[in-house]
Amino acid sequence: MVDNAITLKEVSIGYEGTSVVSGITLTLPQGASLALVGSNGSGKSTFLKTMAGLLPALKGSVDVLGDKPGLQPLRISYHGQSHPNSFLLPLRSIDVVRMARFPARGLLRRLTKEDEHIVKESLSYMNALEFSEKPVNALSGGQIQRVFLAHTLARKADLLLLDEPTAGLDVNGAELFEKLIYRFKTEGKTLLVATHSIKEASQCDYVLLLDSRVIAFGAPDRVFTPENLLETFGLVARFSANDLLIMG
Amino acid sequence: MLNAMAAGTLVAIACGIVGTFMVLRGLAFLGDALAHGVLPGVASALLWGFPGFVGASISSLAMIAGIGWITKKSRLSADTAIGLLFVGMLALGVVIVSRSQSFSGDLVKVLFGQFLGISLFDLTIQGSVTLVLGLMAFVFRRPFLLLCFSEEQAQVSGYSAKFYHFLLLVMIAMTVIVSFQTVGSLLVFGMLLAPAAASSFLSRKLGTMMILASGFGSFSVYAGLLLSYHFNLSAGGCVVLVAVGIFFMVFMLSQRFRKEHCYG
Repeated sequence: MVDNAITLKEVSIGYEGTSVVSGITLTLPQGASLALVGSNGSGKSTFLKTMAGLLPALKGSVDVLGDKPGLQPLRISYHGQSHPNSFLLPLRSIDVVRMARFPARGLLRRLTKEDEHIVKESLSYMNALEFSEKPVNALSGGQIQRVFLAHTLARKADLLLLDEPTAGLDVNGAELFEKLIYRFKTEGKTLLVATHSIKEASQCDYVLLLDSRVIAFGAPDRVFTPENLLETFGLVARFSANDLLIMG
Repeated sequence: MLNAMAAGTLVAIACGIVGTFMVLRGLAFLGDALAHGVLPGVASALLWGFPGFVGASISSLAMIAGIGWITKKSRLSADTAIGLLFVGMLALGVVIVSRSQSFSGDLVKVLFGQFLGISLFDLTIQGSVTLVLGLMAFVFRRPFLLLCFSEEQAQVSGYSAKFYHFLLLVMIAMTVIVSFQTVGSLLVFGMLLAPAAASSFLSRKLGTMMILASGFGSFSVYAGLLLSYHFNLSAGGCVVLVAVGIFFMVFMLSQRFRKEHCYG
């Protein structure tokens, strides 16, 4: 029997008591991928932050990897939308990725050879090895995004929460997304990803369509119906061959 | 003079360590407010005859609690809360001082320090607190670095952003409290800020930044004391002026270097 990575029952999410999305009930099996799709302000980032334990759920019960959110730091990796690129200390890219190994080693234990290998492998996977010795604040936006994605990979977490991972990338975003999805699937990781791209979302096992409420949840071909798309984006569109055909 | 140099070195080391985190976390205004906010506590201590550092500790704790309370309970930004507490505590200090007629000499010592009046007992306290600060910085370097880098990443990594932020404030307060006797409450902020800011142009690692900041701070102490001795000027003022001068020199050199080498 496969355990569930995430179980939500009648959950409301939001900021400072103001609900953004309410009545979310869903379960996601371990090793599955879920795309959060919706327009700006629909609650995608709030959903991910709640799963990461950065925001408390306003109502309902939330179970993440068998625990309350935020209580399993070693098993969860989070890639947020805003990046601290104004950081004063010109940390090298490799040092930013090394920070991903801190939780595994606690306060005082030194990083091991295995940690160094994970750091280099993650940088290499994101094609970021060539600028690993450069300070992050000397990199382009797309390069910074790749370094932060390498940081997320280097956590070696069981559950990955990615908020628009391909936004601003200077390489082919769709190609990278495919590569990431393939990697997580073969490694048996659970993935939650917020995206504006229907093409990216269609590569996931499940889609949660949001527009300040749950419009639909299920397999991509069942969720991306013309009615749901009209309700979410105000578009008359048809989902075909893993892409959206806009009719008007 | 030896005591003065030893005290100055300890101030430079404590400020180099804590100032590095303060600069990286963007807490300069809070550091300034804490440095000035000790005034009512120290003035009360002088008025009622208990040790200055006890009053300074009470003042600092009141400020930290007050800032936390205002930002939590209102929609005001942290800098508004800090500003309010800053001027409030300063005003309270002035009111307390105005109650006493024979206060002006002591007040000058509080504000500008007494480099040349440091006793062996003061040195022992300063040394112990500097050691504690160094240990804290070493043990908590990972959560502090993550916190300076991204609050969200610190939290997701299992390090409570609130707790480590509070710990950082306590460390800044501890530095201010042990340093104000030497450089004064008005000038301790200069020692916290200038050497750490100068070293941020030259380092890519936390440890290097702290060592450089402590080095710049120590040099400022020796050069400042020398200037003060030869030209009969305020010791605290000279020390901080040298520290700020080093900042501008490093800043200009780093700009030139950046142009020539693109900081690669």
